[in-house]
Amino acid sequence: MSASSAPTASAQTLWQVPKAWLFSSIGKKCVVAVTGLVMVLFVIGHLLGNMTIFFGPGAVNAYAMHLRDLGPLLWVARLGLLGAIVLHVYFTMLLWKENSEARPQKYAVAAPMNTTVFARTMRLSGLIVLSFVAFHLAHFTWHWVQPGHAAYYAEVDGRRVHDVYSMVVLGFRNPLVSFFYIFSLGLVAFHLSHGIGSLFQTLGLSNSTLRPALETAAKVLAWVLFAGYSAIPISILFFGLGKGIVP
Amino acid sequence: MNFTLRVWRQNGPTDPGKFEEYPATDIPADASFLEMLDIVNEGLIQKGIEPITFDHDCREGICGMCSLTINGVPHGPDRGTTCQVYMRKFKDRDVITIEPFRAAPFPILRDLAVNRSAFDRIIQAGGFISERTGAAPDANSVPIPKPVADAAMDAAACIGCGACAAACPNSSAMLFVSAKVGHLGLLPQGKPEKNRRVLRMVRAMDNEGFGNCSNYYACEAVCPAGISASFIARMNREYNFASALETVGAPL
Repeated sequence: MSASSAPTASAQTLWQVPKAWLFSSIGKKCVVAVTGLVMVLFVIGHLLGNMTIFFGPGAVNAYAMHLRDLGPLLWVARLGLLGAIVLHVYFTMLLWKENSEARPQKYAVAAPMNTTVFARTMRLSGLIVLSFVAFHLAHFTWHWVQPGHAAYYAEVDGRRVHDVYSMVVLGFRNPLVSFFYIFSLGLVAFHLSHGIGSLFQTLGLSNSTLRPALETAAKVLAWVLFAGYSAIPISILFFGLGKGIVP
Repeated sequence: MNFTLRVWRQNGPTDPGKFEEYPATDIPADASFLEMLDIVNEGLIQKGIEPITFDHDCREGICGMCSLTINGVPHGPDRGTTCQVYMRKFKDRDVITIEPFRAAPFPILRDLAVNRSAFDRIIQAGGFISERTGAAPDANSVPIPKPVADAAMDAAACIGCGACAAACPNSSAMLFVSAKVGHLGLLPQGKPEKNRRVLRMVRAMDNEGFGNCSNYYACEAVCPAGISASFIARMNREYNFASALETVGAPL
């Protein structure tokens, strides 16, 4: 191997080398892993924020007000998350296309060999979760699903703010809405129970000692998130959370 | 023992191919899977039917030449090579489906024999160390800590059979490539070229048209040499690091 044949950046433009990495098999997967990690961190933060609902209308409405008061910062976070979703889906689809081209003829006998149902259904669970996210935004952010809920107001620190507490309580009092959320949250946990453990392997932050621990921790985290999120509709529907609220 | 074989028959790389059924009668329970195919082929020859083409070489479980997928599992039941699968593993009157390794970069030559030259081209891209030949160096002249030597040996156990890529639902060759990258990159003799090696081998792998790793770990489950998928994490790390060095123009 002569020195001149070594791949060097000198003769190439600055963009060519990172582009070669980005569209290599490992680079594409790293994009999916990093954007996935961003979304997992968001899902953890979102849950912590949501937990304020258990501290009463004042707490959740103040939390929502402070969040909205972030103004431009909130938009940075929103656009960042949107970017993460777009990249996550785009690179997954790219990988999907290449993977099916690499196995044009399937085996006549299918044997799962160590793969879990969570791993094999990532694309399906992911696409369903994506449509759930769209529904969730249409429901609680854009008020398309239950339009009347946009008109609830509460007072926090003498300011008239949107009454998130009433919106959530009345929204989840509808069993259909609650069960749809719980079902979709189950799919989120399904997706994350493979995804979180997998991202460490993809980013190379794993070895034979760490892998079993990371995979177990990922499954635990995924289902803890599920328990935390679904506690809200379950408490409203079955345990009378916010029972004083009338439409 | 008696079995019914459903065997993939394909005349050449461009032939669409199809399954044919053959009875396998009076098979000794202690015959290996390949010996069973020999017996069936004897019968086919006597009937004037073209015998089933399949790859095999050492029949001792070390070479990795045999490339059958038995009931959907490359190399068949239990981790090991096909020659080490004995017919007593099956039940009498079982229907056994035998297919070639299926992956776009492994074109079928005939019946159950596939061309695995893609692996050779990946090795040619960087699966070596550049070293002067000559007299053997003194033992222990290059000190290598025992755990490092052990880890390198674990990776070096890869026989390049291709079962990992055949088992992977994406036909990914990551376990094979990561075993070679890990084996050479762990040792002092291979370290000087480790960045160039991982870049070249991963690019060669991508060029051959293997799929991408989805962390299914089917590869690890079928690998006859017991290579751990943790070598894949190690290769991802090395590849990202080498790519970063290359991006900033650092010497590789």
